Amino acid sequence: MSFSEVLTKFFPKEEMKKNSSKEIAKERLRLVLVQDRGNSLPEDMLLNLRAELIALFSRYMVIDEGQLDMAFNKSEGEIALVASIPVVRIKN
Amino acid sequence: MGVVYVVTSGKGGVGKTTTTANLGCGLAKLGKQVVMLDTDIGLRNLDVVLGLENRIVYDVVDVVQGRCRLKQALIKDKRFENMYLLPAAQTKDKTAVTEVQMVELIDELKPQFDYILIDCPAGIEHGFKNAIAGADHAIVVTVPEVSAVRDADRIIGLLEAAGLNEPHLIINRIRTRMVQNGDMMSVEDMLEILAVDLLGIVPDDDSIVTSTNRGEPAVLDEMSRAGQAYRNITQRLCGAEVPLLDLSEKDGFLSRLKTLFAVR
Repeated sequence: MSFSEVLTKFFPKEEMKKNSSKEIAKERLRLVLVQDRGNSLPEDMLLNLRAELIALFSRYMVIDEGQLDMAFNKSEGEIALVASIPVVRIKN
Repeated sequence: MGVVYVVTSGKGGVGKTTTTANLGCGLAKLGKQVVMLDTDIGLRNLDVVLGLENRIVYDVVDVVQGRCRLKQALIKDKRFENMYLLPAAQTKDKTAVTEVQMVELIDELKPQFDYILIDCPAGIEHGFKNAIAGADHAIVVTVPEVSAVRDADRIIGLLEAAGLNEPHLIINRIRTRMVQNGDMMSVEDMLEILAVDLLGIVPDDDSIVTSTNRGEPAVLDEMSRAGQAYRNITQRLCGAEVPLLDLSEKDGFLSRLKTLFAVR
């Protein structure tokens, strides 16, 4: 019986899995890659996203397109797409 | 017409040059006409890994600047008469060659060889752009570490932006015992993150150090596990379907003895 097998006997698999340094590596990589890939998003993709957002919101409300702001924010190990969309009035 | 592979990684020290040397020797051993091109100008190393450092007269910068003909700069290997090296310059810097010159050079090599392997420098700047300029396909080398995988991801993005789609991945220096203990990312973990085609896996193997010491690539050593991994990759490059190297290690003196003497 190998050392690792002995270890898994004493520590259940799930426990090992959560704390293993490989899981930490994967988690850190995931976050860092979202940021890396986010920063290098193709310009036209962001523009398309912006246009689609404007179209979607415009169905329900009148928005100030010129003041619309979109950016990736990173905080506390999370990446968020933050959009500020000034509303002029709600449509009925 | 030859096919041009660039071997790249972003991060330094993950085994680009070792991989280039092993794939080149592996292909030459299969009888292919092979030329390897070291584009790490200012920090050439492919020559020493191949054990050809004493034969260099001219280099790639001499060729593009017209100080010699391409044929004069090509170094014929001492083991295979169908394998050549075009060394990088050691005393110039990376701006000594342009992308256009690189493409012209490769166009001149293509009709004469089956495989043209380009050893790319670390980084994503001038040297990288030169190295990928004339390539048909890219081989991305990485190791199971956060920094190397991150750089590989970035490189894959840059390759695709340059029109080199579907790069092939080689995962180098896998330590089976650490993977088993959950202390190293597995092949599956890395494929899940990078989402590219896997060309091969190479175990961490002392024989790489000893073979590099001698200037004899491990692929030529029938006893070497890493060499076997490179032989498999070489065959895949030639279109053969070869299963991935079994990296499982069994404990116990007897099985270790077996692996020591087994010709795999």
